[in-house]
Amino acid sequence: MLQNIAIGQYVPGTSFLHRADPRSKMLFIILFAILVFLANNVITYAILIAFTVMTVMLSRLSLAYILKSLRPVWILVLFTVILHVLITKGGEVYFQWGWFSIEEKGVTQAIFISLRVSLLVLVSSLLTLTTSPIDLTEGLERLLGPFGRIGVPVHEIALMMSIALRFIPTLMEETDKIIKAQTARGANFTSGNLIRRAQNLIPIVIPLFISAFRRAEELALAMEARGYRGGVGRTRLRTLTMSWRDGSIALAACVLLLVIGWWRT
Amino acid sequence: MTEERLLALQEVSFAYEGEGGQKETVLNRINLDIHKGAFVSVLGHNGSGKSTLAKLMNALLLPKEGTVLVTGIDTRDGELIWEVRRHVGMVFQNPDNQIVGATVEDDVAFGLENMGTDPAEMRTRIRESLQAVGMEAHLYDQPHRLSGGQKQRVAIAGIMAMRPSVLILDEATAMLDPMGRREVLNLARRLNREEGITVVNITHFPEEAVFSDRVIVMRAGQVEWDGTAAEVFADPDRLQALGLDVPFAVRVRHALAAEGVSLPFILHQEELVEHLCKLLLKR
Repeated sequence: MLQNIAIGQYVPGTSFLHRADPRSKMLFIILFAILVFLANNVITYAILIAFTVMTVMLSRLSLAYILKSLRPVWILVLFTVILHVLITKGGEVYFQWGWFSIEEKGVTQAIFISLRVSLLVLVSSLLTLTTSPIDLTEGLERLLGPFGRIGVPVHEIALMMSIALRFIPTLMEETDKIIKAQTARGANFTSGNLIRRAQNLIPIVIPLFISAFRRAEELALAMEARGYRGGVGRTRLRTLTMSWRDGSIALAACVLLLVIGWWRT
Repeated sequence: MTEERLLALQEVSFAYEGEGGQKETVLNRINLDIHKGAFVSVLGHNGSGKSTLAKLMNALLLPKEGTVLVTGIDTRDGELIWEVRRHVGMVFQNPDNQIVGATVEDDVAFGLENMGTDPAEMRTRIRESLQAVGMEAHLYDQPHRLSGGQKQRVAIAGIMAMRPSVLILDEATAMLDPMGRREVLNLARRLNREEGITVVNITHFPEEAVFSDRVIVMRAGQVEWDGTAAEVFADPDRLQALGLDVPFAVRVRHALAAEGVSLPFILHQEELVEHLCKLLLKR
């Protein structure tokens, strides 16, 4: 029952975005986040929306699918809209009822803020949707590479992430097994109030922890037996190479930066 | 088969230090030579020290006394320890806890990455070693989608890619179903025959020892018996006294002999069936 959870919600494919280098995608998202906060009028937002729609098309994923997978975020957006409409005051008053009023500034603020959040979430979700977790860690390791010189254990962090990814399905299966075993021994996980149910999780969590530690120990031994000795002198199977795709992403980033810089007020 | 000594243990002792400082001797003055191209089985009861023996062979453990030589290199030589581990590959018991990579390809690459192999060379070696274990169709599969036997074959491929001289199977079949066990053993035998890899199979299943050139029986940290499979299994009572099982065919022959039916010495089940059929026809 737990096996069906998708990790990192990656959807395999061969589109432009799928094939682009994870590093350029990550760097672009950082720039995009800055641009989203620089945008402050109708033209700049229109440009960003148009660009986002274009990127979604480049990923060849259906917009409906992406929007559906981001459902929890929409609730957050809706919340901010309501709060801004009710709380932010200023400008023309559209509606007044006692102390309660909806004013111009509140409405524009609500629209802009919700646009910011949605654009940002949409574009960054495209990263996880089009990049496999392995490529993500690989890209992250390369991007953080320079920090290795000032003592950040970049290689170790990346290896930890990839081992964690590798073991998620294994531990899921194990959790499933433990739940079944404990149920067979009369444990009850589905009734009682919230506190009671949380307490009932203890017989699952403890065996899981113990076995995870044992696994870690065995894995460390197996890694050592295969000659693992840290990041020094290690080569990688996956070599990330920049292509024309990454050039065009860089170009798009420059154009976007100029255009937003020009039109923002 | 050349008589080149690949692994040599000389007067090797090993003890684990328990809580409170008392020492628990696991291996006691062992002398052992393993020649190139051999298929050796190490049989023994739990706690007989057979797993410790394996870990001494690739410098995961260092002997407290005596020396372990791998292709002439002392495993205590800190600088050559990686060379030792490249020469002596090891497959462990639990298939899940020795796969590092998120895909089969990444896992086979792990050892090569540690050695600092060139990526282009890595790809050829990965392809070759996966072909050698018959897993080339699973290159991009995630390990948790594979069966136990397949996972162990991937683990063997990961070691074969490093071009080792010795493959140690440390109870590598203990957690597998009968089919997985057969898969792994047949593979080990084929690698031994065709690629000339020296295999050390550590096991407590006597059936697995039937196919080996040499059987070493361990008891309480010492080599109790060292001989060919035929020699060791010729005396089932002694094996059973050591708490070890005897292959089914040997057991049946022995039981028949007690009833006055004599059969020539046999190890394999197929031979047994053949001989019994012949006996029936003679009647």
